[in-house]
Amino acid sequence: MTFPINPVAASKIARETDYLYWGLLILSAVIIVIVFGPIIYFLIRYREGKPADRTPVRLPQNTIEITWTLIPMFVMTGFYVWGARQYFTIERPPPAAMEISVVGKQWMWKIQHPEGNREINELHVPVGRIVKLMMTSQDVIHSFFLPEFRIKQDVVPGRYSTEWFKADRIGTYHLFCSEFCGTMHSGMVGRVVVMSPAAYEEWLSKGQPGSTLVQSGEQLFRELGCSGCHSGSSVVRAPPLEGLYNKPVPLTSGEVVTADEAYLRDSILFPAKQIVGGYTNDMPSFQGRINEEQLLQVIAYLKSLGTVPPGLRKTLEDSR
Amino acid sequence: MNNAASAVPVASAPPLKRSNTYLVEGGQTLASWLLTTDHKRIGLLYLFSILFYFTIAAVAAALMRLELITPPGDVVSSETYNKLFTIHGTLMVWFFLIPSIPAVLGNFVIPMMLGAKDVAFPKLNLLSWYLFNLGGLLATYAVAFGGVDTGWTFYTPYSSTYSNSNVITMAAGIFIAGFGTILTGLNFIITVHKLRAPGLTWFRLPLFIWSLYSTSVIMVLATPVLAMTLALMALERIWGLGVFDPKLGGDPVLFQHLFWFYSHPAVYIMILPGMGVVSELVTCFSRKPIFGYHFVAGASVAIAILGFLVWGHHMFVSGQSVFAGLVFSFLSYMVAVPSAIKVFNWTMTMHRGSISLATPMLYALGFIGLFTIGGLTGLFLAALGFDVHVTDTYFVVAHFHYIMVGGMVTAFMGGLHYWWPKITGRLYPEKLGQLAALIMYIGFNLTFFPQFVVGYLGMPRRYHAYAPEFQVYNVLSSAGASILGVGYLLPLIYFLWSVKYGKRAPDNPWNATGLEWQTPSPPPKHNFENIPRVDKMPYDYSPEAEERMVHG
Repeated sequence: MTFPINPVAASKIARETDYLYWGLLILSAVIIVIVFGPIIYFLIRYREGKPADRTPVRLPQNTIEITWTLIPMFVMTGFYVWGARQYFTIERPPPAAMEISVVGKQWMWKIQHPEGNREINELHVPVGRIVKLMMTSQDVIHSFFLPEFRIKQDVVPGRYSTEWFKADRIGTYHLFCSEFCGTMHSGMVGRVVVMSPAAYEEWLSKGQPGSTLVQSGEQLFRELGCSGCHSGSSVVRAPPLEGLYNKPVPLTSGEVVTADEAYLRDSILFPAKQIVGGYTNDMPSFQGRINEEQLLQVIAYLKSLGTVPPGLRKTLEDSR
Repeated sequence: MNNAASAVPVASAPPLKRSNTYLVEGGQTLASWLLTTDHKRIGLLYLFSILFYFTIAAVAAALMRLELITPPGDVVSSETYNKLFTIHGTLMVWFFLIPSIPAVLGNFVIPMMLGAKDVAFPKLNLLSWYLFNLGGLLATYAVAFGGVDTGWTFYTPYSSTYSNSNVITMAAGIFIAGFGTILTGLNFIITVHKLRAPGLTWFRLPLFIWSLYSTSVIMVLATPVLAMTLALMALERIWGLGVFDPKLGGDPVLFQHLFWFYSHPAVYIMILPGMGVVSELVTCFSRKPIFGYHFVAGASVAIAILGFLVWGHHMFVSGQSVFAGLVFSFLSYMVAVPSAIKVFNWTMTMHRGSISLATPMLYALGFIGLFTIGGLTGLFLAALGFDVHVTDTYFVVAHFHYIMVGGMVTAFMGGLHYWWPKITGRLYPEKLGQLAALIMYIGFNLTFFPQFVVGYLGMPRRYHAYAPEFQVYNVLSSAGASILGVGYLLPLIYFLWSVKYGKRAPDNPWNATGLEWQTPSPPPKHNFENIPRVDKMPYDYSPEAEERMVHG
C-alpha cells in the first residue's frame, strides 16, 4: 500500500487549482492556531481549582465583535475572488480547441473523435492541445471527472455540457463517473491516454474510421431526409442551415436566440419549440429516430456548414 | 423508602424516590406512554425511536466500511452496496439527525427552560411523533423489503424513471415524516412566543432556545418544499408527468434546485441545535456568562436566513450558469461568518472562567474542534475552482460528516449527558463518560480525516469498488469506524445501567442557571410547582466567587 498525498497534476489548471488548495490549507492552519491556541491556553490557565485571576474584566465587547466579524468577511471575500477566477478559467474553453464528443450511458463512456475514431471508456488525446469535450447522456445524469486535471462536469440528458483541458504531461490518467448513476456506477470508469502528437496521429490512423464525424453527419443528413427540405433547391420552404452555427436566430415569438448546440439539438428533437421567424412549423420531430451519438454527428455536420466560403454561400442564396 | 407522600415541598426534597415525577404521574402503563401529551415523555419516545433508526443506519455504515477495506467489490454486490448507502443516508438524515436534538432534547427542555408546563399544543406534539414514526416505519419497510438505491438525494431522472427499487415507498415515508417535522417546528415557535415565564424577555432567553427557534423557522419554511419535490418526483415515476425527465420534456437540474432548496437549510437543521447545546455547555462548565450573548443569538438567526440562499453551492458542476455559481459561492462564504462568530464567542467565554472537564464539556470542546474543521473545509468547497475538483468525492463526504456527526452528534451526546440527570433522576458514571467521549473523538477523526485526503486524490463517493491507490485511506477509515462504534456502544450501555444503578441525581447537579434546573430531578408532570419569575440575564455565573467558595 502506498501513501499518496497529492494527486498527479497533468495540466496548468490542475497546478493552479493546487495553489488554491494550498492557500486554503494555510488559511485553515492560521484559523486553527487562532481558535485552538486560546482554547488550549484557557483550558490550562483557568482549569477549575487552579489559582488564576478571574475577576471579570470589562472588554470593549462591541469593538471585539465587529472586528471578528469584519476581518473574516474580508478574508472570505478574498478567497471567494480567487476561487471564482479559477472557476472562470475552468468553465470557459479557449477557442481553437479540438472538439471531441462524449456520450454517457449506464454504464460506459462512448467517445467520438472529429476524425471519426470511436472508443469506449478511453480517451486518447495529444499532449499540448486544447481538448474540448461536448458531452451529453442518453439516460441518467453522469459526471465526467478527470482528477489529474482537477476538472469535472455533470453530463446531463437533454442538454450539452462542455469541459476542456490541455494536458501537458504524457501519461495515463483516471476517468471516473462521479454522479451516482445506478448499479454499476463505480464500474463507469476509464482512462485518459495523453500521447505525443506523433503517437496520437499514429493512433488515429490505426483506428481506420470509415468516415469523419462531419462525413457521418452529412450521410445522416441525407438518409434522414433533412436535405430534402433544408437545401437550396428544395420545394418546401425550410430555413437554410449554412453558416447558422453560433449566429442569432429571430423566432416567430419575437425572441432572438443563438444557434448553439443546444438550439440545434432542440430543433431536431422538438421542432415546434422554437420556430424561425417567417417560417411555419412543418418539420416532424426526430425524437426516437436518431440517437445521441448520431445527433452529435449531425450537429458536427451543421457546424461545418458554417465554414462554407462566402462566395459559395452567395451562390446558394441566389439559387433560392 | 416507600414514601409516596408528595406533599413535601419538592424544591428542598432530598433526592429520594418520589412519586410526583413525570415518570410515575400519569401512569406507568404502555398506553400511558403511547397516549401521553407530556412533552418530556414525548421527548423520550423520540429518543427510543431515533435510536431504532440510528441502529439500522449504523449497521449499514458498518457494512459499507467493511466492503471498502479492499478495492474490489467483494463483500456485497454493487446493488446491495448502493442500497446500503441509501439506507444510511435517508435514515440518518431524516430519522435520526433532524429529530435528534430538536425532538428529543428540545421537546424535553424547551418548556422547562421557558418556565412553562408544556409546549403550546401538547396533542399536536404527540401527533408529530406518530407522523414521524409512520414515515419512519414506511421508510424502514422500503429498505427492508426490496431496498432503495437512489442515495438520499433522489436525483432525477434516475429516481423518477430508471431505478427499479422502492423509491415511492421511501419518498412517501419521508413525505409523511416531514409533516411531523413541520408540526414540531410550529409548536416550538408558538411555545417560545406565548409561553415564556414572566420576566423572561427575548434577550433573557437561553441560547438553546434561540437556536431551536431558528431551527423551527427553517423546519416550517423548508420542509414543505421537500414534500412538493418528492411528490413531483413520485408523480413522474407513477404517471409519467414530465417534470424532471428530459425525455418527457422535463429538466433534471430543476429537481436539484428544488431538492437543495430544502436540503441545504436542512443542513442547518442539523447543526444549529448543536450550536445551541454547546452554548449551554460552554457557559455552565466555564462558570461564565456567555461572551457576546446578542451576537451568538443573532448569529443563529443570520445562519437560518442565509442558509436559504446558498443551495446552489451543491450544483457548481451540474450545469447551472456560471453567474449562478458566482452568487452562490459568495453567499456561501458569507454564511461562514456567523458560524465563525459563534466559535470566537465560545472561546472568549472560557477566558477567566473556572473550567471543568466533565463529560458534557468534553463533548462541547469536541464539537468546537470538529465543527471548526468541518467549517474550514466548507471554505474549500465554497471556493468555486476547487469545488470542481472535489465535489462528489470523499472530500465532501468527510466535510459533511465533520458537521453532522462531529458537530451535531457530538453536541447531542453532550446535551444528553448534561440533561441525563434531569431526564432520569440518575447520574451517569463520570469516568466512563469521559472515556467514551475520548474514544468517540479519536474514532471519529480516524474515520473521517483520511477521507479528506482520499477525496482530494480523486476518489468519487458512492463507489462500491475503487482504484487500488486509494486503499490505505479506506483501511484507516474502516479502522476508525470500529473505534467509533465502541464510542457509541459504551454510552448506550452505561446510560441503560445508570437508569437502575446510577447514583440519584440532585435537582441541579451542575449548579447551572437555567430554569430547567430549578425543578426536581426528574421533574413533576407539570414541571414547576410555581411558575418561576425571571429577573436576570441567562448564564449568571460567577467563576471568581465560586472559586473562592469551593477552593478557598
